[in-house]
Amino acid sequence: MTCAIEVRDVYRQFQHGGGFAHASYAVRAVDGVTFSLSAGDVLGIVGESGCGKSTLGRLIAGLLPPSAGEVLVDGRSLARLDRRERARLIQPVFQDPFSSLNPRQRIRDIVRLPLMAQGELPKSQQMDRVMEMLARVGISGEMAERMPSQLSGGQRQRVAIARALVLRPRIVVCDEPTSALDVSVQAQILNLLAELRRELGLTYVFISHNLAVVEHIATEVAVMYLGRIVEHAPTQDLFRAPMHPYTNALLASVLTPDPALGIPDVGLGDTYPDPANIPPGCRFHPRCPSAFADCKTTAPDDIHRDGRLVECLLTVAHAGSRQQTHSAGN
Amino acid sequence: MKATATVPALSFRSRLPSFRHFATFLGVVIVGAAILIAIFAPYLTPHDPFAQNLNLRMIPPVWMDESMPEHLLGTDQLGRDYLSRLIYGARISLLIGVLTVVTSGLIGITLGIIGGFYGGRTDQFVMFLITCRLSIPLILVALTVVALVGSSLAVVILTLGLLLWDRFAVVARTTTMQVRNLDYIAAAQAAGASRIHILLREVLPNIANHLVVVATLEMALAILLEAALSFLGLGVPPPLPSWGLMIAEAKEYMFFSPWVIMTPGIALFVLVLGINLLGDGLRDLLKAGSRQ
Amino acid sequence: MTASTPEPVLSVAGLRVSFRQTEAVRGVSLAVGRGETHCVVGESGCGKSISALSVMNLLPRGAIRTADHIRFQGQDLLKLSETQFARLRGDKIAMIFQEPMTSLNPAYTIGSQMSEVFERHRRATRRQAMDRAAELLARVGITAPGMRLGQYPHQLSGGLRQRVMIAMALMCDPELLIADEPTTALDVTVQAQILRLLQKLQQELGLALLLITHDFGVVARMAQRVSVMYAGEVIESGTAADLFAAPTHPYTRGLLECIPVPGQVAPGERLGSIPGAVPRIAPGFVGCGFRERCALATPECARAVPKRAAGGDHSYLCRLQPDWKRDAAA
Repeated sequence: MTCAIEVRDVYRQFQHGGGFAHASYAVRAVDGVTFSLSAGDVLGIVGESGCGKSTLGRLIAGLLPPSAGEVLVDGRSLARLDRRERARLIQPVFQDPFSSLNPRQRIRDIVRLPLMAQGELPKSQQMDRVMEMLARVGISGEMAERMPSQLSGGQRQRVAIARALVLRPRIVVCDEPTSALDVSVQAQILNLLAELRRELGLTYVFISHNLAVVEHIATEVAVMYLGRIVEHAPTQDLFRAPMHPYTNALLASVLTPDPALGIPDVGLGDTYPDPANIPPGCRFHPRCPSAFADCKTTAPDDIHRDGRLVECLLTVAHAGSRQQTHSAGN
Repeated sequence: MKATATVPALSFRSRLPSFRHFATFLGVVIVGAAILIAIFAPYLTPHDPFAQNLNLRMIPPVWMDESMPEHLLGTDQLGRDYLSRLIYGARISLLIGVLTVVTSGLIGITLGIIGGFYGGRTDQFVMFLITCRLSIPLILVALTVVALVGSSLAVVILTLGLLLWDRFAVVARTTTMQVRNLDYIAAAQAAGASRIHILLREVLPNIANHLVVVATLEMALAILLEAALSFLGLGVPPPLPSWGLMIAEAKEYMFFSPWVIMTPGIALFVLVLGINLLGDGLRDLLKAGSRQ
Repeated sequence: MTASTPEPVLSVAGLRVSFRQTEAVRGVSLAVGRGETHCVVGESGCGKSISALSVMNLLPRGAIRTADHIRFQGQDLLKLSETQFARLRGDKIAMIFQEPMTSLNPAYTIGSQMSEVFERHRRATRRQAMDRAAELLARVGITAPGMRLGQYPHQLSGGLRQRVMIAMALMCDPELLIADEPTTALDVTVQAQILRLLQKLQQELGLALLLITHDFGVVARMAQRVSVMYAGEVIESGTAADLFAAPTHPYTRGLLECIPVPGQVAPGERLGSIPGAVPRIAPGFVGCGFRERCALATPECARAVPKRAAGGDHSYLCRLQPDWKRDAAA
């Protein structure tokens, strides 16, 4: 099976302002990420704020160049593709349906933009493709004449999806596509995304902080923390038997609608992750309930086992046996 | 009654309080009248504004004694009909206002958008240019230019146009920076749109609101500056009926025949007031309309 | 409402709030007892935040509020003047909001903002107020409270800021705490911490908590009583146990089906969804606000909707019988 996406040791730093009073400092948003994704699969990337998942999403979509490392799409280096080739291969869908559509353009022109940029088809054929795609996502012809401010959040997100798919790309990077929507609308959009994937044979990178949604749509999941992937496994494996303490904590924090249960004690303490100040050794150690002495000094290597990836010294310590997991949802 | 499923657009009228409403209306009327007068000047003027008649010098306007009905606003020191000169003066003021704004707008907006969009070194360079421009004393430059090249309408327009772009640049830069980080710009990049397309079709329409407001205000400024320059002898050369020049020429007769200096002065004041009111109104209107 | 609490701390009946072209709240009634958590849950636009702001008399200009009564500890809030209300706010009734960054003034230190509340209501000195502030910061689990008092909001993470907000709300020992989506903007691990804290404080202080949220997980874990709102009305209410055991209103059921629950998700299966979007109600609207989206709507639903009981305290607004089945004829 060909690899749809291959990310090789990618880094991305941002410099934040110097001034008279303080020196400028570097924020390591993505700090060494490697993975590959097969065509037709869905990679869910989860993590909390500051973990770098959105930055990684933009790096994969070609919207940001990496500070180091390479992103390969369909075997070709993203950096070497020109903008039109890249647009045919990979497209993004963003979180905020209000800011992802140009408020001064009509819906049909917004969706036509990728076709116009390719410059190959005549305008009438472009329009046909546009209307076909809009119909496919559930936007009527009449709505296509409107401006974005006249559509609801869910409708706008459908338009964003239509725009992303009008060139029939291979890969779609979805950055929290449903987080800004109401729950009832969220489900509509997720169903739509799943249908389109089956119909058009797409590969998704699905970034979200909502673990339940990721479990529903992803075939494999990568957990990010402070710029690195700390665990990467097939969905069911990750959810049933998480190996990294952070994954445990994340799963434990998910509040299922079960009134018999109370609020779990996630046990992470009060410190919070700051990508401008990455701790030495294992970057998770200040918050880790299972940290021991070595964790402060030694950064763990990636451990590949049974088709899974984990970055934790505990896994090394318990070599050969599965780590004890916190019981979820106490 | 049905519950609506889509978001209705709120009418902008409901957002403007009524005083503002009136002020904007007044601005529209004044500017509209000025434009019409300027366009139809040849049909409106009773006499040739350049025709001198030394027998009929300094005739007072109709509301004073010893006036003549065919010279409604009297005549100036060379016997030229004042009303006709005033009407043609509107042409000059508006022409200068519009052409200056077009020139300075092109320069300022281009610089501002490029700096705001690209950031980094490019932006620092643009800021440097703006700072340089702000350090230049307008009158001294005008003086130098006139000394080197001589004064004419074209020189005034060029000088002002090449010097008044700073507010355009600053506003264009700031608004571009705000728009730059919105997702639809990233979406356009991902869609494969060229840089030019993004700047012209994605960024520019979304900052145009603010630029229109700046344009009206800069126009008022340009008109006032031209009047000042002409007053100092650095602007439009005689016998062109620029209001500033008319004020300058009327200086000597100020105490004996005050209407000669008051008439263009009031005309200038009213036009600039009208443009400013219009600009304010536009700003309120566009702010209200762009609220989601 | 229950046998052990004679008079609810907060009792709202028949609350209606309208703006120029919309009826945001159309007859909301609820009660919160001492030491009880009452969750108001719904999607955006349902009127839950407006209801909370009505209780505090903090509605935006142009809002028209009427109610049968709004009683706080027996006192009728509708009859209070703004000065009398200002004495209650921050003192006996406190409120915390969703975005801790905009609720805290970035120009003042934490200490000065917290002490301001205490100094105003208790006529205390700065010293006394700062001592109390430090005490409360420690109570909400913030380490080194003395140092924190001198810090500015931007120096703290989102979770810490929300803890500060809670501490600030508790400065004058309120009887009622209204929390409007207090954890929506926070990471999921931090959310668990904050909710645990709220629960603990509630038990210690006997606080009545009115918690507004859109997340059914939060509702299930936190609430004793629940009110589900849709289009300005409470369409279902009851104890949390009753509601989750037998959700009766078609909207409640539909919404619960939309939410993917980790561990119970069959990948590839469609999520339940509710077609359409949340409506805006114009004045003069009659009948059920959900009928445009309800699969079981009949012409009868366009007239007045009966309030039915589903056993005990559990009630809902629908023409259907409590034991209706999906495929039953209308």
